[in-house]
Amino acid sequence: MHYDLIVIGCGVVGAAVARLASLRGLGVLVLEAAHDVACGASKANSAILHAGFDPEPGTLMAKTNVRGVELCRDICAELDVPRHEIGALVLGFGQEDLAHLELLLERGRQNGVGGLRIVGQAELRALEPGVSLEATAALYAPSSAVVDPWELTLAMTENALANGARLELGARVTAIRRGDGFEVETDDGRSFACHSIVNAAGVEAGAVHRLIGGSDWGSRPTRGEYYLLDKSAGHAARHTLFQCPTAAGKGVLVSPTVHGNLIVGPNAELIADGHATETTAAGLAEVAAAARRSLPKLPLHENIRNFAGIRAACDADDFIIAPSPVDPAFINLAGIKSPGLSSAPAIAEMALELLGAAGVEFVDRPDAIRGRKRVRFRDLDLEERQRLIAADPAWGRVVCRCETITEAEIVAAIHGPVPATSIDAVKRHAGAGMGRCQGGFCGPRVQALLARELGLSYADICQHEPGSHIVLGPLGAPVTEEGGAL
Amino acid sequence: MIPCQNLDRLFDVIVIGAGPAGLAAALAAWEEGARDVLICERATEPGGILDQCIHNGFGLEIFREELTGPEYAGRYLDLLAGTGVELLTDTMVIGIDGHETTEPGAGTMSAAPDVHLVRITGARSGCRDLRARAVVLAMGCRERSRGGIALPGSRPSGILTAGAAQRYVNIEGWSVGRRVVILGSGDIGLIMARRLTLEGARVLACVELLPWSGGLIRNIVQCLNDFDIPLLLGHTVIAVHGRRRLEGVTVAAVDPDSRRPIPGTEQHFDCDTLLLSVGLIPENELTRAAGIPLDSRTRGAVVDENMETGTPGIFACGNVLHVHDLVDYVSAESARAGRAAARYALSREARPDSLAVLPAGELSYVVPQRLTRSGLGRSQTLYGRVRRPLPQAQLLLESDGVVLARWKRERLTPGEMIRLNVPAVILQQAGSGLVLRAEPLDLTTEEERP
Repeated sequence: MHYDLIVIGCGVVGAAVARLASLRGLGVLVLEAAHDVACGASKANSAILHAGFDPEPGTLMAKTNVRGVELCRDICAELDVPRHEIGALVLGFGQEDLAHLELLLERGRQNGVGGLRIVGQAELRALEPGVSLEATAALYAPSSAVVDPWELTLAMTENALANGARLELGARVTAIRRGDGFEVETDDGRSFACHSIVNAAGVEAGAVHRLIGGSDWGSRPTRGEYYLLDKSAGHAARHTLFQCPTAAGKGVLVSPTVHGNLIVGPNAELIADGHATETTAAGLAEVAAAARRSLPKLPLHENIRNFAGIRAACDADDFIIAPSPVDPAFINLAGIKSPGLSSAPAIAEMALELLGAAGVEFVDRPDAIRGRKRVRFRDLDLEERQRLIAADPAWGRVVCRCETITEAEIVAAIHGPVPATSIDAVKRHAGAGMGRCQGGFCGPRVQALLARELGLSYADICQHEPGSHIVLGPLGAPVTEEGGAL
Repeated sequence: MIPCQNLDRLFDVIVIGAGPAGLAAALAAWEEGARDVLICERATEPGGILDQCIHNGFGLEIFREELTGPEYAGRYLDLLAGTGVELLTDTMVIGIDGHETTEPGAGTMSAAPDVHLVRITGARSGCRDLRARAVVLAMGCRERSRGGIALPGSRPSGILTAGAAQRYVNIEGWSVGRRVVILGSGDIGLIMARRLTLEGARVLACVELLPWSGGLIRNIVQCLNDFDIPLLLGHTVIAVHGRRRLEGVTVAAVDPDSRRPIPGTEQHFDCDTLLLSVGLIPENELTRAAGIPLDSRTRGAVVDENMETGTPGIFACGNVLHVHDLVDYVSAESARAGRAAARYALSREARPDSLAVLPAGELSYVVPQRLTRSGLGRSQTLYGRVRRPLPQAQLLLESDGVVLARWKRERLTPGEMIRLNVPAVILQQAGSGLVLRAEPLDLTTEEERP
């Protein structure tokens, strides 16, 4: 099989490219090193579709941000991805910040962001009653939205697959040979031939580019730590609350999520290891202190999870969206830090333009599948629920009690186009374990469903990546002296 | 107890949950004369958490013998076997009176003023609204998870709550780890320290942030001391290590006042499993969604001596109301709720006025939070817990600034519930409200007083 295009990496950028390319008639293969999609920065970020007032006018970040969120509006509607346009407020603390707000307002206007205006303290407090009394003004961006980044990535991937694309999970690219097109080798010894490549490998993009003799871009992985609060705290803020950005990033935000939780973070810490997603006491304390500046009564005791994400930043100030100097049919999408989630669909458009320039031909596909529907039990009315339960009793059995996720939804995720084969993948695909008990109740039940549906033993089921087993084996099996390591 | 056949009729009492609280409440409702009593249970068997508590120590108060958890549940099932109480298993309650826990836009329910609606979903029972004159909330509690204590570090497998580990080991028959550290000294953690040791694992330490344990003294003796498992008081886990499976934890001593880790006291434990026993949270999502007033101290509903919540006809009991130390007390409290629910359903008597009972001093909460005026004519049991251990203490019942009565108590600890029987003769002196105060008692001063 000779593919028109191999996309390396299935985060939100790779998924957007795969979807668009499949809609435009390319034969697409997506290679993802992890065992699920959206396992890098797409998994752990602020989940904001930024209005677009922050990036410097004229940059790729500015261009793709504004275009990207416009495209996202339609994509989310077509693919049934939750997206709420809750608006954002950049809080100004005193005179110095006011000048900064004016600058952001002007940038936003140049970038083509609609509806921006600066509000005074009275209006700010009306919009956001819990905000700090120290906040004297704010830039109001009504078009800022929140989204489910996992669902967006999954939905675009599934849409690509529905239109003929192929996805290989657990397929880490180890070598790329150039000849007539490319031959791409993965760590399991397989090789795949293609005409062109899009490198969307996130923090690994530099390493992937080096496989064809290209340079990397001085990778600067930057970790951001977060709190995720229970839905009971979801109303502590009504908008996404930013502070004035600094050189380090957009700063610590407080925002409702699309699921009704409250997200708090991130800090920005340059780290050596692009996979070091652990949280730290110091980092979390920094986030808490900064967030309380916006929202003094932030109910952090309602925390249900901490996590950290790695921004795939590099030495370049802007996104890298360009053909490789080594080969024009090898398109690099690198250094996709914030606003990468917002920009992804527009980055995909640019990637396809670059592929066209490299001689790739597209065809119109009037038959292409553009829609996707996901059935969520909790959103249905009684009659619809009754109908589903009558057809399949698994729709009546609630497995995740916090989020009211049924067995049928979990089974559907396990056997979905992108199969969810770990506890965490089921969480991302079906929502089970996302709630206040964080899988304490449903974890063993999801594990049982995974074992049953995949024909595996309990002991084979992992939390996330291979090796993250939850139980060791049957009770009574021999144990080593002193309880040896796993 | 019989499987439920007719879901369309108007029930006298619907009990949510077939754990120890729900079983005792349903039994008492039947004994009080209610004949249409239904228990809804999301598991396939009744018994609740008792089914996985295979250790003994249950039933000393009520049955005067030491039973295991399943045996204790079995006693109640035997008692219920002679009744017409109905049971609906594999069925979860997802809403009360038109309010679902996950707030969907779907459907609004309308009820007659004296009828409550209980929305269920189940593989066999379907998704529908049941009708009842009275509802007893007996959903129990859940364990605080890693997020609840914002434990930093990586996120490998091998970190689980003590209760989840108990389920894996005792119900499913799987080994959860070989080298184990336990964070928190709640009772389930202590029980699991012994259980895992008996199953061949090595429990390296039980680490407790506070200078005292939150568990029962008998569990510290029988589950840690008897197995030479060190209890590190005033310590906490400050980092977890490992990407896939847990590889170790860093433990440090904490400053007794600030509870912040003390630099230089770090020690590393090479372990594949970290059990969390860091608190229990009453499972009140249904209660909250239904708009029933909650007490921020107990995280359960505000109730009067009949266990009736702020919503007439809705009662609460057991660990959904406040976290108990012994199951026997859950049963006793739940019987009270069941009887009152039956009386409400059968007579639909108007609720009398009530006055507030507030905790003060070293008492962190008191249940019931209200007493009805008619309840003041009978002796009542008040439950509570102290914030910190008090070797010698006195409990004061006050009303409008006047001390009505005082009781001396020894060895009050946060891990053990206070049960205080207050005679009617004292309660009858209550004015506009009652305050129950716990104070440390300095015996020397007391004796020297003229």
